[in-house]
Amino acid sequence: MTIIVKAITRLTVGLILLFGIYIVAHGHMSPGGGFAGGVIIALSFIHIMLAFGKEEAFKKINQGVASFFESIGAIIFITLALLGISGGYFFLNFLSKGEPFKLFSSGLIPLYNIAISFKVGSGLFIIVVILVLLKITKEGGDK
Amino acid sequence: MSVYLLCLILFCIGLYCILRKRNLIKIIIGIAITGHAVNLFFILIGYKANGRAPIHSPDQTILNMVDPLPQALVLTAIVIGLAVIALIAAIAMRVYEKYGTFDITKIRRLKG
Amino acid sequence: MTHMLLPLFVVIPLGAAFLNSLLGKRIKGFSDILSAVATCALACISIYSIFIIKDAGLIVYKVGGWIPPIGIVMVMDGLTVFMAVTVNLVAFLISVYSISYMEKYTEKWLFYCLFLLMVAGLNGVIISGDLFNLYVFLEIAAIASYALVAFGTEHEELEAAFKYAVMGSVASSFILLGIVFLYSVTSTLNMADMSLEIAKGGSPRIIMLVSVFFLMGFGLKSALVPFHAWLPDAHPSAPAPISAMLSGVLIKSLGVYAIIRIFFSVFGATPQILNTLMLLGALSMMVGVCLALGQWDLKRLLAYHSISQIGYVVLGIGLATPLGILGGLFHLFNHSVFKSLLFLNSGSVEYATGTRDLQKMGNLKEKMPVTSATSMVASMSIAGIPPFNGFWSKLIIIVACVQAQHFAYAVWAVIASLLTLASFMKVQRYGFFGELRGRLSGVQESPFFMKLSMILLAVICLAGGILLLPGVYGSFLEPARDVILAGKDYAKMVFMSVR
Repeated sequence: MTIIVKAITRLTVGLILLFGIYIVAHGHMSPGGGFAGGVIIALSFIHIMLAFGKEEAFKKINQGVASFFESIGAIIFITLALLGISGGYFFLNFLSKGEPFKLFSSGLIPLYNIAISFKVGSGLFIIVVILVLLKITKEGGDK
Repeated sequence: MSVYLLCLILFCIGLYCILRKRNLIKIIIGIAITGHAVNLFFILIGYKANGRAPIHSPDQTILNMVDPLPQALVLTAIVIGLAVIALIAAIAMRVYEKYGTFDITKIRRLKG
Repeated sequence: MTHMLLPLFVVIPLGAAFLNSLLGKRIKGFSDILSAVATCALACISIYSIFIIKDAGLIVYKVGGWIPPIGIVMVMDGLTVFMAVTVNLVAFLISVYSISYMEKYTEKWLFYCLFLLMVAGLNGVIISGDLFNLYVFLEIAAIASYALVAFGTEHEELEAAFKYAVMGSVASSFILLGIVFLYSVTSTLNMADMSLEIAKGGSPRIIMLVSVFFLMGFGLKSALVPFHAWLPDAHPSAPAPISAMLSGVLIKSLGVYAIIRIFFSVFGATPQILNTLMLLGALSMMVGVCLALGQWDLKRLLAYHSISQIGYVVLGIGLATPLGILGGLFHLFNHSVFKSLLFLNSGSVEYATGTRDLQKMGNLKEKMPVTSATSMVASMSIAGIPPFNGFWSKLIIIVACVQAQHFAYAVWAVIASLLTLASFMKVQRYGFFGELRGRLSGVQESPFFMKLSMILLAVICLAGGILLLPGVYGSFLEPARDVILAGKDYAKMVFMSVR
């Protein structure tokens, strides 16, 4: 990519990542949440990949790590849901709900958001990587 | 009423695209269009006249909100659509790798 | 505390799938054991829940503690348990079979991951009491199955998977559109609540439109005849365990179960719907078997028979008499057993000989005694020879047709059954009897785990008739039949058990 794209990327990519984390952290009291934030986080890595090439992006996060985070996100989510059984119901929000519109409120919802953001962020990154890396080599039509 | 009709037209465009086009990628685009038409329709179902976005904020009183449930459901439907499109796109790329063409009339090994 | 069992139907396979993707790549043999243990646990839970339902009748589980019209509920009644036993029993045996069979593919852990996700989707569809939730689980199962059909990543697999995925996603669009219309009419997504709202009789035209959408969407998922084009491509292309899973369980859980639940429990069966179902059933019965007769590819032949047998199930259920529904459900169970067995046999033959073409086989009964014996059992069963289970269910359906004064359908079913017999005589004659081809002389019997699961399925085939004996009948088939017969009382029962 050109120098302009690289320079802009260097400036903005950290901000994009930070914005994604903000969206995830505030998902329970404003629009956004795990999915939207996760997509933004994934986009920050995809941004690096578009500007500097895939080698540079893999230095930050490689496929193995991404796939690890994807599984971990799902397992955290299921574990949190199962913890609800301790209070009587699957998915029960058993933590204290706190005061509305404060960062530490609404019980388990922020934790669910974080788990989802792991899952979505790394999942989307992997999807893009797989579609990019799939080398198209013609086998020469119908053999 | 006219917006619902527009949704219907969009849906039909998507179906036409799936049924009539020969290029695999165009078929995938058709699937995406049908999905979006349904999602749009779902959102419109939840709308009421002069409704406000269903976001609760500390300094506002709640007046005339639109139905929030369709929006939550559409988010889920969008995620599902994303998964389907990504999977089909990957399959289409592998098909191209094997057959060397995106033309659906030339991809016919299965018959009988 | 028995209520705690309900979420486990979804949690166990989902958790196992993600654990698999986390550790299966690193630890050898881990995914085999995990998948077998998880599906075994599911099968045990589903069999245990037969006894719970016998006492309780209907259990509603409020997810997150929210009461039904607001929150998502999981509902377990006789029909759910019936389907859960079918799905999880077959899934367990297929999982055991895959331990040996999947050795010839790379990335075995990925297969198990997708397989378990599919089981989670199937269980979710069965257990959900919320229409949108049902759609989400349906999509989970469907997406996993698209990926599994393409698992071999060869020419045929990819083509079949593309076709299947496109048709499947169009069907899903229509299902979602139907759900949207229903939501706009009833302002609820809970199936019980929806049923009450529809009973008030607000807008019959929209309900009719939605019925058409659902019939098309779920009809495509269950491969009824005008919508069957994907099945003969998709089912043979998948690896054999997955063909067994798709033909044995997926088309029933996503298609037939959803049709039953929505048309009987939510909409309340009207004569138009029932007549359409019977017509579609009769049509698929005959078209499937006629197309199957000309096939030489073993798995493709079996796939066409799936269409035909689903026709029997839908015909039986469409009769809506107690006997017809009983026959339909019993045939559903039987078909999932013997069709899985047949697909596993075909996989075993392919594993040993490397071909699926019937003309290239011959006299395998000397080389592969277990495979040919079990395939004999399954063929007899599907063709309706007494005393195998297929005979009883077909007999019940035909008797029910006669009782309900539908003589044409009865004759039609008998003819289809005879054609099925002819078709499977061909399979036995060319595949397992006849003269031995020279190049097959080095063929060996399949490994232990494959034999084990085939033998177990064959035993279930033989013993299937037991389900009709008085003591067993009351606890397994009868509750399921009663749920369908009760129809719209489903809503009342759900709200009653919440209180």
